[in-house]
Amino acid sequence: MPFIPHTEKDTQEMLAAIGADSIEALFDEIPANLRIDHLHGVPEAHNEMEVSRLMRDRAAMDGSPLCFIGAGAYEHHIPAAVWDIATRGEFYSAYTPYQAEASQGTLQVIYEYQTMITALTGLDVSNASLYDGASALAEAALMSVRSNRRVKSGRVLLAPGVNPVYEQVAAAIAGSQGLTFERLPMDPKTGNVAFDELGDGQDPVAVVIQQPSYPGTLEDVDRLTNWAHAQDAAVIGIVNPTSLALLKPPGQWGEQGAGIAIGEGQPLGVPLSSGGPYFGFMTCKQKHVRQMPGRIVGRTTDLDGNLGFTLTLQAREQHIRRTKATSNICTNQGLMVTAATIYMSLLGHDGLASVARRSHANTSRLVDGLCAIDGVERLYEGPYFHEVALRLDRPVGPVLAELAEQDILGGFDLTDFAGTDALLVCATETKSEADIDRYISAFAGVTA
Amino acid sequence: MNELPGDLLYTKDHEWLRREDDGTVTIGITDHAASSLGDLVYVELPEVEQDVDSGGEMAVVESVKAASDVYAPISGSVVAVNEDLADDPEKINSEPYGEGWIVRIAPSDDVDESELMSPDDYQQLLDELDE
Repeated sequence: MPFIPHTEKDTQEMLAAIGADSIEALFDEIPANLRIDHLHGVPEAHNEMEVSRLMRDRAAMDGSPLCFIGAGAYEHHIPAAVWDIATRGEFYSAYTPYQAEASQGTLQVIYEYQTMITALTGLDVSNASLYDGASALAEAALMSVRSNRRVKSGRVLLAPGVNPVYEQVAAAIAGSQGLTFERLPMDPKTGNVAFDELGDGQDPVAVVIQQPSYPGTLEDVDRLTNWAHAQDAAVIGIVNPTSLALLKPPGQWGEQGAGIAIGEGQPLGVPLSSGGPYFGFMTCKQKHVRQMPGRIVGRTTDLDGNLGFTLTLQAREQHIRRTKATSNICTNQGLMVTAATIYMSLLGHDGLASVARRSHANTSRLVDGLCAIDGVERLYEGPYFHEVALRLDRPVGPVLAELAEQDILGGFDLTDFAGTDALLVCATETKSEADIDRYISAFAGVTA
Repeated sequence: MNELPGDLLYTKDHEWLRREDDGTVTIGITDHAASSLGDLVYVELPEVEQDVDSGGEMAVVESVKAASDVYAPISGSVVAVNEDLADDPEKINSEPYGEGWIVRIAPSDDVDESELMSPDDYQQLLDELDE
């Protein structure tokens, strides 16, 4: 559908109707000390040619290093067809149109997406996406409070392996609504939850389990899910979609399964692009669907019996429910979801499993090679998927800086999270054996 | 429009109240409210023993096109909720004054009928809305 901007006349008529002098006057209620008149380092205006030139120059500064960083966003091969199709005019929009049923193709893509994401996570329903994995945790926590009304504590317990950035974002969004986020105790040997130290009577409204964990370990999700349900808590699983081709889906964790699963959708065909745009996914059991934020697309038939797609859950969105909406998210990440849907369609289950297996094998080769170097050992014991925390005998920063000089992004500095000199490394299917061996020998060189 | 039951009291928010013999008050939404919402697909009920304040939100009724609050017309404590609505929310459409009741409340004070509407007054309100 075309985007038709207001003419100057439209604007003046609307301002006259509401009795405002100017568009600027609409922002008068924002106190002056909260307003800024310019953004530092951002010029007033550049024309298209100047902006293109600037962006090309900046992009060239990145170079094309060999990337072994994960920590929440992952470099995967994206088949050329994904963005070729996603950027067709029919799809090229970030929005689900408000007159949604006029865009049957858009709705069908979302419907296919929902079907695939529910299959991956082993749950009943998916919404049409959220902003990113971190804000999805905030939405899932708020959703747990709404659907687990027996528990009034507002206390959300996080497994030790939950991404600290997700915690910060969730606390920023949901903290002012009475929710608190606390960490469960960690077993320093495994990096996973210390079951011996789990006490009863903490009255959590939800327990959040990340699998694989932020530092790459695999939690005993069955046992932790069962413990959480025994505390009357809702269970929120944070999962990496690629890993679900091999690992047990959250809908099957423990005796009852997690009620809600969320995660970062970026690994499914979305490029790293300096941190975004990405998209968050969210699925849940049928019984929680009324508390799920966002929209759901359903398949139906029209009066003549023809197949059609329609929005089946939107009554609690803000354009209908105003201040009482289940969420204040304003849109989904439609374009990213379109890319993810095409990515999943092209790979299929076997393709995704092959990506997952290859990533695991590559990471194993990398970790075995690095751990053969003096002063490098695994930080936590136990199995892993495609990311591993390593303990170094020296500060991580200088090591990464020297590797960067050789065009190698050697991993994520995990020192703050681990409380010791630690490095998080990841080798996805995009790395060849030669790439991995090059990294290992460069690492041996800089630490010699 | 069907005739309003004469043994009920009404509110301007299109709720009805029935004073039961045991002193409790059964509450639902009127046929007018249910028809305006369209086919109901979900009802979010309060918890039994929950206290409600007059004018406060008590339940949410959701149709395919809107979700609307049901406000407590009196203060008190919820003594029963209509669990059947979980599987059969459209009972509110088909039998708004019978099987489609929503909650039963034990009033905390004497019910002040002057705050509520008689069938005639409510019918007048509906007639004005029709105009």
